[in-house]
Amino acid sequence: MTIGRVLDAGTADRVKASLAGGRDVRGVLFRVVLQVALLFTVVILAALLVQVLTLGWETLATRLGDFLTAESRSRAKEAGVFQGLRGTLWIGVVTTLVAFPLGISAAVYLEEYAPRNRMTRFIELNIRNLAGVPSVVYGILAYTIFVTLLRPVTGGKTALSGALAVAVLVLPVVIITSSEAIRAVPDSLREAGFGVGATRWEVIRSHVLPYAAPGILTGTLLSLGRALGEAAPLILVGAVAGSVGYSGGLLDPGQLREQFTAMPIVIATWSTNARPGFDQITAAAIVVLLVVVLLANATAIVLRNRFEKKR
Amino acid sequence: MTVEPDPAVATDGTAAPDAPRLVLDAKDLHVYYGEFLAVRNVHLAVPHNEIVAMIGPSGCGKSTVLRCFNRMNELIDDCRVTGEVRYHGVDLYDRQVDAVEVRRRIGMVFQKPNPFPKSIYDNIVFGPRIAGVAKSEFDGIVESSLRKAALWDEVKDRLKSSALGLSGGQQQRLCIARAVASNPDVLLMDEPCSALDPIATGKIEDLMHEIKAEYTIVIVTHNMQQAARVSDRTAFFTVEVNPDSDRRTGVLVEYDDTEKIFSNPSDSRTENYVTGRFG
Repeated sequence: MTIGRVLDAGTADRVKASLAGGRDVRGVLFRVVLQVALLFTVVILAALLVQVLTLGWETLATRLGDFLTAESRSRAKEAGVFQGLRGTLWIGVVTTLVAFPLGISAAVYLEEYAPRNRMTRFIELNIRNLAGVPSVVYGILAYTIFVTLLRPVTGGKTALSGALAVAVLVLPVVIITSSEAIRAVPDSLREAGFGVGATRWEVIRSHVLPYAAPGILTGTLLSLGRALGEAAPLILVGAVAGSVGYSGGLLDPGQLREQFTAMPIVIATWSTNARPGFDQITAAAIVVLLVVVLLANATAIVLRNRFEKKR
Repeated sequence: MTVEPDPAVATDGTAAPDAPRLVLDAKDLHVYYGEFLAVRNVHLAVPHNEIVAMIGPSGCGKSTVLRCFNRMNELIDDCRVTGEVRYHGVDLYDRQVDAVEVRRRIGMVFQKPNPFPKSIYDNIVFGPRIAGVAKSEFDGIVESSLRKAALWDEVKDRLKSSALGLSGGQQQRLCIARAVASNPDVLLMDEPCSALDPIATGKIEDLMHEIKAEYTIVIVTHNMQQAARVSDRTAFFTVEVNPDSDRRTGVLVEYDDTEKIFSNPSDSRTENYVTGRFG
């Protein structure tokens, strides 16, 4: 059966000509700009890594064990990052225990309970502003509150004060990232829960939080990784620049009530030391801090994958 | 305009002794979003074990009215309801009435299938679990709910696999099974078939006929053939546009036996709509 005829050659050519696309110059240009931006970022990161690794390689390759377990000394060849690692570890632990529950709870309240009114918007705006406040300012606040006012609890210039300073520093970021993860939970899921007669608490616990968990985890652990590299607030709460008198082991919680130092402090101190060999061990210490941060991020990814598989 | 109450479903004592028992009865219902009047002056009575369809053009407030029946509107911040909605004679908006308890008795199926991102089994037992039903009864509830939703044979071998792996039609039947599992006596359905193909739609319509013996059903639909096929009574809503403010308010035009609405409606607006001349 024939239902029609093919167009003559002239018509087909005209249609073909009208269908031919022009060259999308602007589109190509836009794409190139994007690629350059990415390239720029990657090159900077690579240069940083290469520089640090080449400079610190000798120390890491010849005396890694010694470097990780020795204290800070005046001779570069004998100095190690043990006390900095111990301080950073405990700061990480306390920040996780304090900032995460507080921040996630605040975010759940803001997103799921708080009325959408001017007060709530004002609070949200201020939390966003707090996330942009320089870390030194948090150091001053922490000194006043944790070192001075709460001395009976914290013991003054201790790792606990430092950890609380970092916790306060990451709190706004934890709230913001958690809020965003919670906001991304589709309303249809909440309706489904309410629709079968669940209370608000049951909907949050059984559906909202499990759904938001991967996002919350990623955001909070990334912010923790970033905060572990902060030196300014720790300097203000009295982190020690040289060797610390306290001699507990890596996992000894006694550190919390004793004077302390941390990886970023060790790096900052060594980097200004003009003696021979300090450039090299500074680079090595940076590599160690990078590995610590990388581990925190890796944990975030593993946990996120596990939660995503569950849902 | 006001709607004359149907004598068969009147509640003021004038009803005949054999008149059907009312499960839901909305009177003088107004719904506001902030200052904006979304639905005006709705009177709608739903008798026991009947299927009531709500039809009308987009924006006429039929979903809004449906959500008044289980207080889902409360989840929207600035939504306000006046008038009364009686459930077996009790005003749902009474201060002593808990919305959570209301929703356990008046279940809901939504426009877009929204299974929990969990296993088929967990989707169904969520309702019973929060209602405090013993774990030992879960297996039985899962089977009977899935059977009522005509889904048992298709999923009985994969109850522990994710509900998100089901097709759209299966997901919607799972949502019906989930609503049924809480043992409600009313099911509210908000355009339950709008995201489904004709075969899945047919299955859900058959299902509604089967479960009608146990439940009272209120369904919002855009599909007039569906309303004509499944319902005993039909309510036709339309939109009134205020010429001064361009605000659109939903009104109930006519509520009667489905057969009458589709063959011999009393209001010309209803007739125009059901014959396809408007909307």
